[in-house]
Amino acid sequence: MDRQRLPPAEILDLLPQQRPFRFVDEILEVDEHRIVGRYRFREDEWFYAGHFPGRPITPGVILLEAMCQVGVVALGIYLFALERPADEGRAFTTLFVDAESEFMRSVLPGETVTIRGERVFWRRNKLRARIGMFAADGTLVAQTTASGLGVRNE
Amino acid sequence: MDNAAAFEKVVGIIKPFVKNQEAFAKPSEGTRIIEDLGVNSARLVDIILAFEDEFGIEVDDESADKVRTLGDAVQMIQRKTAPAH
Repeated sequence: MDRQRLPPAEILDLLPQQRPFRFVDEILEVDEHRIVGRYRFREDEWFYAGHFPGRPITPGVILLEAMCQVGVVALGIYLFALERPADEGRAFTTLFVDAESEFMRSVLPGETVTIRGERVFWRRNKLRARIGMFAADGTLVAQTTASGLGVRNE
Repeated sequence: MDNAAAFEKVVGIIKPFVKNQEAFAKPSEGTRIIEDLGVNSARLVDIILAFEDEFGIEVDDESADKVRTLGDAVQMIQRKTAPAH
């Protein structure tokens, strides 16, 4: 594999997070500045049993994780492949570095969310992005500015 | 720019990333950014980008890697902001 513009299916193939901790179903758009992804929170996700018993609400930390899987990890894989063979990316893990987040409303089981990420900077394997999560009706439900650093696996 | 002015600006840029406030109370040229101030190494990119914005310079990876102390940062900035001869 050479330096290339990875198509969405290949980005998903390289995304290391897997069920039950993958919160990206599809990538709708991606270029060197932005990415759009989508996820449907299944009614039987593992965390609903405890958060909260009888009143399931998607935890904010999971919303943050979903935003970062699209806006930091997936976009990072795309940007990495523009510079180096995409396969080389498998030797790296994206570590979470920082985030400032705000949550506007709850996301319930069965809801589909659209996640839009926009690159703030990409430098030395570090990506910072501004990311928003939108409900099916277009309402902004959460947003974050978050960074990840690609670190070579030991 | 004199060294003292550059030093003061460097200290101001690094301040939000400092975890060891005690070591930061008396910063000197020899103060090490990661080891003494407890700055997260993953934040060094943020600091370098802030230097670029503040001083209107470009910092290549090699120069960035040489910055270990506050004094290193000041010298690197002075070199890059010096008028061309």
